[in-house]
Amino acid sequence: MDPLVRVEGLRITARKPTGEAAVLVDDVGFEIPKGEVLALIGESGSGKTTVALSLLGYARPGCRIESGRIVVDGIDVLSLDDEGRYGLRGRKVAYIAQSAAAAFNPMKPLMDQVIEAALIHGTATRAAAEAKAVALFADLALPDPGGIGRRYPHQVSGGQLQRLMAAMALITDPGLVVLDEPTTALDVTTQIEVLRAFRAVVRDRGATAVYVSHDLAVVAQMADRIVVLNGGRARESGTVDQVINHPRDEYTRRLVAAAAPQPRGEPRGAVETPLLEVRALVAGYGRLDRDGLPAARVLEDIDLTIARGAAVGVIGESGCGKTTLARVIAGLVPAARGDVRFDGQPLPTDLRHRSREQFRRIQIVFQNADTVLNPAHSIERILARPLAFYRGLRGEAARARIAQLLDLVKLPASVASRRPSELSGGQKQRVNLARALAADPDLILCDEVTSALDTVVGAAILDLLADLRRELGVSYLFISHDISTVRAVCDEVVVLYAGRKVDAGDRAAMGHPPFHPYADLLIASVPALRIGWLDALPRRLAASLPPVGEALDEGLCPFLPRCAVRRAGRCDTTPAPKQVLPGGREILCHVSLDELARIQSGGAA
Amino acid sequence: MSAVARLATLPWPGRIGLAIVAFWLAMAAFGGFLAPHDVGAIVSQDVFGAFSARHPLGTDYLGRDMLSRILHGSRFTIGLALAAALAASTCGTAIALVAATAGGWVDEAVSRVMDAFISIPSKMLALVMVAAFGSSPALLILTAALSYTPGAFRIARALAVNVRTLDFVQAARARGEGLPYIAAVEILPNMVNPMLADFGLRFVFVVLLLSGMSFLGLGVQPPDADLGSLVRENISGLFEGAPAVIVPAAAIATLTVGVNMLIDSVSGRARAVEA
Ligand SMILES: Nc1ncnc2c1ncn2[C@@H]1O[C@H](COP(=O)(O)OP(=O)(O)OP(=O)(O)O)[C@@H](O)[C@H]1O
Ligand code: SF4
Ligand SMILES: [Mg+2]
Repeated sequence: MDPLVRVEGLRITARKPTGEAAVLVDDVGFEIPKGEVLALIGESGSGKTTVALSLLGYARPGCRIESGRIVVDGIDVLSLDDEGRYGLRGRKVAYIAQSAAAAFNPMKPLMDQVIEAALIHGTATRAAAEAKAVALFADLALPDPGGIGRRYPHQVSGGQLQRLMAAMALITDPGLVVLDEPTTALDVTTQIEVLRAFRAVVRDRGATAVYVSHDLAVVAQMADRIVVLNGGRARESGTVDQVINHPRDEYTRRLVAAAAPQPRGEPRGAVETPLLEVRALVAGYGRLDRDGLPAARVLEDIDLTIARGAAVGVIGESGCGKTTLARVIAGLVPAARGDVRFDGQPLPTDLRHRSREQFRRIQIVFQNADTVLNPAHSIERILARPLAFYRGLRGEAARARIAQLLDLVKLPASVASRRPSELSGGQKQRVNLARALAADPDLILCDEVTSALDTVVGAAILDLLADLRRELGVSYLFISHDISTVRAVCDEVVVLYAGRKVDAGDRAAMGHPPFHPYADLLIASVPALRIGWLDALPRRLAASLPPVGEALDEGLCPFLPRCAVRRAGRCDTTPAPKQVLPGGREILCHVSLDELARIQSGGAA
Repeated sequence: MSAVARLATLPWPGRIGLAIVAFWLAMAAFGGFLAPHDVGAIVSQDVFGAFSARHPLGTDYLGRDMLSRILHGSRFTIGLALAAALAASTCGTAIALVAATAGGWVDEAVSRVMDAFISIPSKMLALVMVAAFGSSPALLILTAALSYTPGAFRIARALAVNVRTLDFVQAARARGEGLPYIAAVEILPNMVNPMLADFGLRFVFVVLLLSGMSFLGLGVQPPDADLGSLVRENISGLFEGAPAVIVPAAAIATLTVGVNMLIDSVSGRARAVEA
């Protein structure tokens, strides 16, 4: 049988602002038999989206498909005129983009937008299209399939919007579906729902699909075949099993290795003197009320201890207050209640009352390296400032130290004269780190230092952090939404949910049940680099739960609406107690630890 | 990027604007030496004389050499406008930096005061000032600077507030930097480009304000003259189409249009480079 899609010798070039041509994609070819899913995998800049877009006959502005052949369902895509391409898009080939939010018009009900393509291309009457959309909503496991179409984009969650976009793409029964990083913008716990829904739909409908991603573990669940792209060239292609379990190419091997981070550094006992102690911290944003509590409380009753030389990880989904915690410790957000002690001394939560020495000893490395370096200053100037500010180093001494720092973070000395805009994301993150190290700090607050980076680059930064800890003895507060990174670098892990510390323990304890139900969900949601992982997921995580009813009382367990093991009569009436195990393990839950351990080891809920 | 390289990438309207601006700046600086006659000297019997070899730009209503008077007048117009625009932009930026970095009630108070100022029409303020204190170059500069400082403040504050929320400013705060350092070293360099464009705009506004004032007879006083007063004193030549009224009007027009073309392409390019 002829394959549905055949791509041969694809070459795409772009014109740089300076006028010279850059090759984005060079000599890429693959075939997709009908009903199969092909994954294009690679880092940012590897050309995966460019290849995916070319299947629609589309090249981004400034880019040109120079040569090659693309045949989709017997149609030579590159020879089409505008009208032909228009007919191809949406009908034969559908595209699901990374950010669904950008694809929807906020002013129109979802149903109108989902069925629009069917009406425009005249493949169905309105009633038939709506009926089909409702069926798709149900297949995609959207809540209230009959009614969700009447809502507007802002009334559904990000994960739901992503699924609605899939419905929009599938409404015309396209022969080929192109999914471009469809879950990258989502939290792991949401990602898993969306992946499940996509999988079911792709499988049930026998759709042929191209799945673009940088995440090998996700791809392992979704695809039949993988093409590994790097620098615009196909490095390796084969079945999922072959690429993941027996990679032949050197680059693929690195990619596979980075997908499963190895623990770095030996765990330390908690016997050492505490460097940082946070007690009963409450903090938030907005105006203070009469009791001095902020209007929006983000952190509730947080306890945290970091021993000298230890690395403590904080994880939780977006918006749970991780960054806020780091900002309170750094003094950027005042604490409303509770206190912070550093090296035995109380640490004023207001910046103005801190001494320069206190500033120097605690450094924060912000989440987004793109915005955290002043674009108007050279790297040298950025690194020189903390040296002059904290230690009075100037002139030759400062230059020597800057060279040392750059060397420490494995950057060539030549970057010193450049501006931040002339560095790559990974290089900027290293400068960001070097600036913190310039202060010779005792504690570094690392806020998602690897999240914006490609896996391979991120892994190099993690290695660097582990080296620095061994050599310089610095302590870390390591914030991430990715539990596998946290487990790889930290001695202790703290799980935040809606601003509460729901689970905490050392690395060994966090490796097996019992977990807090949220931590369990979080850990189980991280895709494993194993074929069939998604299908083998325990049923307790599958739940889409009945709604809890009226708004939650303050003080009750915040995870209640999503908790699959909640106990009626207890969880919805009294605040959850803190259960403490020997060895410092803490879990905030009504269900006993034995029971949790039993459920999570595979027993029924 | 070196200045030459920058010039090479400037689009055509920008180059034309730059040439015009450079021409007028040179006229303001050296025009006095080039003038063939004394400003006040009556050198011809012929009033509202046409373009001629002896008087390239004709003669005015008293028979004075128009070229000499334009060269002299442009020095006043450009000199006063530069001084006033510079003062307005500098004060506006400085006050905005203080307000934006201090934040809180300081910001609130300063912004309210500036809002009050901005609601006074600049012509009105100028008329009152001249009526109260009499017209002199220093007073004109002060008046123009006063009327355009609030506008510059507004732009600068909006820019500074934007920059203030960026992560690198947060990083500087977390490092323990004081407010003056944050304002001068972290924030200011990131607003220079748009503020330069704004400065050009203020300059144009001031030129038009001063010309308008002089046209009303409230600006630069005889025997000195700026471009506006040249238009005014020769206005009766309008009906015969005398160069004496057309040339200074054209001078004002080319000056303002030139500055505008230059800023448009420079600030547009700055944006393109940032993106
Ligand atoms: N300056 C602010 N003013 C008001 N609310 C804020 C502010 N900054 C953050 N928040 C809110 O506080 C909550 C916690 O934010 P925080 O940045 O700490 O989350 P996070 O866990 O770091 O999330 P992410 O993983 O997305 O970075 C969120 O609901 C956020 O909307
Ligand atoms: S307290 Fe209840 S609702 Fe909260 S996590 Fe435990 S079982 Fe679930
Ligand atoms: Mg954050």
